[in-house]
Amino acid sequence: MNTKVTNMMMVGVGGQGSLLASRILGGVALKLNYDVKASEVHGMSQRGGSVVTYLKYGEKVYSPVICRGEADFILAFEQLEALRWLPYLKKNGVIIMSTHKVNPAPVITGAMEYPKDISKTIENTGIRLIEADAFSLAVQAGTDKAANVVIIGILAKLMKDEIDKDIYIDVLREQINPRFFDANLAAFNSGYNFI
Amino acid sequence: MSEKKLLLGNAAIARGLYEAGCRFVSSYPGTPSTEITQFASEYKEIYAEWAPNEKVGAEAALGASIGGARAFCGMKHVGLNVAADPVFSAGYVGVNGGFVIAVADDSGMHSSQDEQDSRHYAAAAKIPMLEPSDSSECLSFTKKAFELSERFDTPFLIRSSTRISHSLGAAELGEREETELKEYKKDAAKYVMMPANARERRAAVEKRLAEIAEWAESCEFNRVEYSESENKTEEKIGIISSGIAYQYAREAFGDNCSYLKLGLVYPLPTELILDFAKNVDRVIVIEELDDIIESWCKKIGVKTDGKNLLSNTGEYSQEILREKILGIKPENIELGEDIAIPGRPPVLCPGCSHRGMFHVLKKLKLFVSGDIGCYTLGAAAPLSAMDTTLCMGASISGMHGFNVVRGAESAKKSVAAIGDSTFMHSGITGLIDITYNKGVSKILILDNGTTGMTGHQHHPGTGYTLKGEAAPIVSIEGICRAAGIKEENIKVFDPCDLTQTEKILKEELAKDEACVMIARRPCVLLKTTKTDKKYKIKQEGCTGCRLCMSAGCPAIKFENKKASVEESLCTGCGLCGQLCRLNLIEEI
Ligand SMILES: Cc1ncc(C[n+]2csc(CCOP(=O)(O)OP(=O)(O)O)c2C)c(N)n1
Repeated sequence: MNTKVTNMMMVGVGGQGSLLASRILGGVALKLNYDVKASEVHGMSQRGGSVVTYLKYGEKVYSPVICRGEADFILAFEQLEALRWLPYLKKNGVIIMSTHKVNPAPVITGAMEYPKDISKTIENTGIRLIEADAFSLAVQAGTDKAANVVIIGILAKLMKDEIDKDIYIDVLREQINPRFFDANLAAFNSGYNFI
Repeated sequence: MSEKKLLLGNAAIARGLYEAGCRFVSSYPGTPSTEITQFASEYKEIYAEWAPNEKVGAEAALGASIGGARAFCGMKHVGLNVAADPVFSAGYVGVNGGFVIAVADDSGMHSSQDEQDSRHYAAAAKIPMLEPSDSSECLSFTKKAFELSERFDTPFLIRSSTRISHSLGAAELGEREETELKEYKKDAAKYVMMPANARERRAAVEKRLAEIAEWAESCEFNRVEYSESENKTEEKIGIISSGIAYQYAREAFGDNCSYLKLGLVYPLPTELILDFAKNVDRVIVIEELDDIIESWCKKIGVKTDGKNLLSNTGEYSQEILREKILGIKPENIELGEDIAIPGRPPVLCPGCSHRGMFHVLKKLKLFVSGDIGCYTLGAAAPLSAMDTTLCMGASISGMHGFNVVRGAESAKKSVAAIGDSTFMHSGITGLIDITYNKGVSKILILDNGTTGMTGHQHHPGTGYTLKGEAAPIVSIEGICRAAGIKEENIKVFDPCDLTQTEKILKEELAKDEACVMIARRPCVLLKTTKTDKKYKIKQEGCTGCRLCMSAGCPAIKFENKKASVEESLCTGCGLCGQLCRLNLIEEI
């Protein structure tokens, strides 16, 4: 049995759509007949807190969570969260980061500063970082709600040898409200063509 | 036709209810259990309701069971504390239609005020408990629990946890088995728990438990997986585990160990464990929270490792197991110690109705007897305006005790702050304690028209049922009046109007009688709340005094020594405009 499990993390701030992202990627993995597990965050931390969603797929997945040094990919919808969760990435993993910033409470109250040059800090660790202004790309695609789908588009490009692009699009069609499908498809494509 | 679908653990439990022919669900929300009941309500075959609290939900469900239907009640771990009274006696009474109670623990306290291991309740109430370890088992265990409940004439508990309830996994869907409403036969000896009958039932409970314990030795929920791996560890390790801990163990130790996976966690088997222990060299018990399986092993004379290596606090993970048991540390990127990463705790949303209220409470320097809900975030900086938080409802009763011992003056400098859903859940009895005992405490009901914290469920005050049907509104004012609060001591106001809020608070606090102040403004996340206004701060003239930030709105940022509004986050409540002394904040 192939014991390889692919581990992905979606990190961001409550309300940024990491749940939808994990459902889409979970749907893709299920279409490929993989065993899939994802762990989501509901409740207290959704109120503007740091939110992490795990998605794992392979022949057989046991634990729904991902620990330090285990993630193949981190999809970060916010810069500070990218930095926070970086230790969860494998040393040869890839992090895709939206350049979006949301101030956390300690920064708002003036108790701490928002870290400077996050992309440089990440690159200094030797990790492969792909940065995108996913928010603007989503707005150009026609919806400010689809920064997460832009990031998924970038991931799809990175994985194109393993997973056919059309599978993502099929899943988007199944999971996204038809009224917003065209804009989300455009967002996905702008991510896909970003690299 | 069977179909495989990715389901949240909670959705899988709900599917199990559906397939088992469950007809009646009554629950109170609580993370991580809430979605079970929400998903159940989507099946038209199931009558599903929000009860005002877990005790009522459990009683209603037992009533439905006695009435002949398969019935269910779901709750979080602390909910079981509230429901414990009927649940214990339900163990005596037994069932007519199958009765299943799901309780979701929150190890790690993602969204709870404490950490509890609900398996203790199973043992204390002598009610059997199943513990699924993924979505597939959530569905199948729930479904079978009904059958077993009827077979053994007992309620069945199902224990979940945050990582089970909120993880997606594949589950096989089946058809619903429609169940007939069973005949109700009057049977006072079984259903009327007064001492003479209860003594008989007490014996029946023990007899039943012995039967279940015997069945536990070979039931399908417990299974042994002997290692078939070539590179077996030299010492044959056998792991006994259940629930989510089993998944972590499986991931950490793979096929190199043997496993006894327990799906029935009360009562625990004896022979099965003895036999497993005989076939391995070393037994390790891996269970999150308390050492319940381990203690049982000790009792039956099986030597194990367990809590000598692992904590009884918080969540486990494959990383923790690898490190504590195998001594393997993770290989990960280290960020230098010099990089300070600000935490991101949850905060009140931009436009939250509680923000203005807590701003005023802080300004007036009141002792605030707090409660549980989104507004508990009023305890965090920069508002820092809460003194105590215990459990749902305790704000009002705790305020009463505090003020009785500290005297009438104390009641002029203190308030109990409680949410609308929490008031309906367990605040009313505290209010009655005050009025009946001539207390003079002041109560502040934070009425945002929803159960915000757990994701916006309806409650008796919102005018809608769980299924979204219009319902009579149970009036908070009416309850207060009926409890004996004088009409002139009931005030309703919008907490986003700071001047009025402060004025009313000062007036009411000065009174020598019990008062109820109702801060009424809908939750900003409700679909019906208008959020189309936006504000901006005129940059010219901003002195950077940060007064507008003193209430901690996440939509205000501070850059280049000036404050500005992040337009995408602003919901137009206008609170910041009332805080700026220079009148620089205006609507766009
Ligand atoms: C006994 C018990 N049941 C359920 C919960 C979960 N819970 C925490 S707060 C809350 C209700 C919050 O609603 P409300 O009082 O209206 O305040 P809001 O969050 O809307 O501000 C619930 C259901 C709990 N902590 N304890």
